[in-house]
Amino acid sequence: MADASPRTDISTDDTDEKNERFDRGKSTAMVAYDSSDRSKDKTDQKTLRRLAQNREAARKSRLRKKAYVQQLESSRLKLTQLEQELQRARQQGIFISSSGDQAHSAGGNGAMTFDVEYARWLEEQNRQINELRSAVTAHAGDGELRIIVDGIMAHYDEIFRLKSNAAKNDVFHLLSGMWKTPAERCFMWLGGFRPSELLKLLVNQLEPLTEQQLTGIGNLQQSSQQAEDALSQGMEALQQSLAETLCSGSLGSSGSSGNVANYMGQMAMAMGKLGTLDGFIRQADNLRQQTLQQMNRLLTTRQSARALLAIHDYFSRLRALSSLWLARPRE
Amino acid sequence: MDRVKDLASAKAAVIFTKSSCCMCHSIKSLFYELGASPAIHELDREVSGREMEWALRGLGCNPSVPAVFIGGRFIGSAKDVISYHVDGSLKQMLIDARAIWF
Repeated sequence: MADASPRTDISTDDTDEKNERFDRGKSTAMVAYDSSDRSKDKTDQKTLRRLAQNREAARKSRLRKKAYVQQLESSRLKLTQLEQELQRARQQGIFISSSGDQAHSAGGNGAMTFDVEYARWLEEQNRQINELRSAVTAHAGDGELRIIVDGIMAHYDEIFRLKSNAAKNDVFHLLSGMWKTPAERCFMWLGGFRPSELLKLLVNQLEPLTEQQLTGIGNLQQSSQQAEDALSQGMEALQQSLAETLCSGSLGSSGSSGNVANYMGQMAMAMGKLGTLDGFIRQADNLRQQTLQQMNRLLTTRQSARALLAIHDYFSRLRALSSLWLARPRE
Repeated sequence: MDRVKDLASAKAAVIFTKSSCCMCHSIKSLFYELGASPAIHELDREVSGREMEWALRGLGCNPSVPAVFIGGRFIGSAKDVISYHVDGSLKQMLIDARAIWF
């Protein structure tokens, strides 16, 4: 802690005094050396040391004070930022309560709420997957496996429902993938995983498959790929259309009221187009859900169990990879 | 409604769209990819476009576009088309209506 040290100002005085004494000391040394001189030397040395220590203490005190003030400044900045975030969250309709019961707030559909819901969903999925893994390892019967598999499938329905609600409120948050880990985000397609890629991963792990199953899975892979391409093309068309809307008329002369009306018209049209984005996320999620359900239909209970375990393992490894990546030592 | 019915029965695969609708673009792409050549009718370019849209909503199509008919029968909107495509029934419907051959 800094203290308002009056000693901070005496260093220059010290120096002058010191020089004076040094000179005096020097001239004294020219004269015959006797006991009184010796004691005077000792006093000089003690004084010199004390003065040096004072200067050092003063310097350290100044540095501590500077560091403290810097900490205060950054705390003030952080506080302002937090206040702004809180204000923004309130405006989005999130109920900020000290009891932390955000799950049932009717108006709470902001990005933060979805992240919380998603975290909870993941936790529950981990629990279900562990239950499934234990059952498989323990060679449980088909009946028991079926119940757990159905539960996991129903749980997938739940995340698609949550995403559908979140898309209405903040489609950009979903599209950004900020609710996923970095590695997952990298391979994201239209706000989630790419169904055809997932099937490719699974095929090798599901052997042996009957002829019929192989055909079925092959068709499913092709269908999901086709649907993905179709949706991607629609998104591209949307992007192009949006770009055209925002660019039109920008080469006109400046300042006339007609241009203001033009600008507002353009913005209104662009807003309309942005409004269709959530439809694309919804159809992408629909595709994901349908693909999972069709896969489940094509496989035996035991195969479905293995498939769901494999899917979960893949994503949790991606998440673990993200953690490792974020924690890697950097220069 | 009559106009919708007439147009819907005129060809094996018929899609009602709007020129600005990008989801319609997706569904059209899917049909072309499957080798179907659907008849496309843009509601915003039709004289009775608004009545037609109202009729489509009456059939339960929400959003009203894209509205897909196969063999004169109302199939649904984008969500239904994708669901049917994934479980393989879309292709079968197109084959049955002779919109495609395999």
